[in-house]
Amino acid sequence: MKVHNRVPAMPHDHHDHDNHLDPMDARVRALETILVQKGLVDPAAVDAIIETYAHKVGPQNGAAVVARAWSEPAFADWLARDATAAVGAMGFTGRQGEHVKAVFNAPGLHHVIVCTLCSCYPWSLLGLPPVWYKSPAYRSRVVIEPRAVLAEFGLVLPEATQLRVWDSTAELRYLVVPMRPEGTEGWTPEQLAELVTRESMIGTGLARVPA
Amino acid sequence: MNGPHDLGGKMGFGAVAPEANELLFHADWEARALGVVLACGALGKWTLDESRHARESLPPVVYYASSYYEIWTRALEVLLQRHDLLTAEELADGQAQTQDPHPKRLSPQAVPGALARGGPCDRPVATAPLFAPGDRVRCRNAHPRGHTRVPTYLAGHTGVVESEHGGFVLPDTNAHGQGEQPQRLYTVVFDGAEVWGPDSEPGLTISADLWEGYLERA
Repeated sequence: MKVHNRVPAMPHDHHDHDNHLDPMDARVRALETILVQKGLVDPAAVDAIIETYAHKVGPQNGAAVVARAWSEPAFADWLARDATAAVGAMGFTGRQGEHVKAVFNAPGLHHVIVCTLCSCYPWSLLGLPPVWYKSPAYRSRVVIEPRAVLAEFGLVLPEATQLRVWDSTAELRYLVVPMRPEGTEGWTPEQLAELVTRESMIGTGLARVPA
Repeated sequence: MNGPHDLGGKMGFGAVAPEANELLFHADWEARALGVVLACGALGKWTLDESRHARESLPPVVYYASSYYEIWTRALEVLLQRHDLLTAEELADGQAQTQDPHPKRLSPQAVPGALARGGPCDRPVATAPLFAPGDRVRCRNAHPRGHTRVPTYLAGHTGVVESEHGGFVLPDTNAHGQGEQPQRLYTVVFDGAEVWGPDSEPGLTISADLWEGYLERA
């Protein structure tokens, strides 16, 4: 398959979730060509959309929100009360992040996000969802056997921990605020953000522990 | 509709298989598909709810065999034809038969603003809320043929209202060109054992965001 590098670093190996590359490549190219000919789509706008999610909107946004919540109790309160306004003040509302709710992990309480009906995801905070988040396996199983699913991510929670699964069935988009790791006293928000993984903000992981 | 998309609690889909250092796109066409779908959405001919319904209306055998961006592409082809933006012949031939520059064609300059604005779905509702936090409610046992956001695994089950979010566009009507008809939206929390029975994992609760009309007092 010929890969045009409009976006960076794509592998040439096939991936088991997406094993129809050649026919789809032809199909999407044909569709875009017709739409451009008809005057419905400007290919430069398509480039700009891709560029936005490749370089500007991604999990670094959510990580900055979490790091600030760990650093500023007043911001954490605002985030808990009105996450849409709090993340909006940081410039992180937008498509698929118009209405946001932040849910905070605590000792004995762990949150996990899913959309069983499609793949709703807080784009403005985490960027585009990973393949596994969109997969039938995750969407079907995480509501009925979340502990088994989390174990596949290497996350085994204490048995007494309450597990809350949030099914994103409407237009509220959820951000999990993981617990701040110990040993990070005095860290700057920029340093803290490095510990905040995408998985920790979905709930399939925890924040990194400092080395 | 309880179509192939309605996956909560279904079995047989295997392990989740997260990839280490997953790439944003696994092929160039995925990136183009994303951009084309969003650019076409900006034409304003259909709502996000109609898009979702077009995706979930794909035949189950197609839905399950398709990756996410393939589902998006196939649904876009349906929407473009339904709204007379493309003909089946054009799609089959790969050649436009008419050129008709659309007044709402998304320009590259407009992209940052459009993505930053998104499409807020909250709307004022004049009536008082029927339910309050702490109320026990049942998710109505209903199986509408059209678009809905009640997942089948919650239909008929009882939970507790945790919060009320004001009015939101009702997908059930908005997906079908019947207007926004906003209703109040509630986060309802269900106990794992209520939904899955005695074999539920202990300590599990599940919440969903449900419109007022989906609920009845329990």
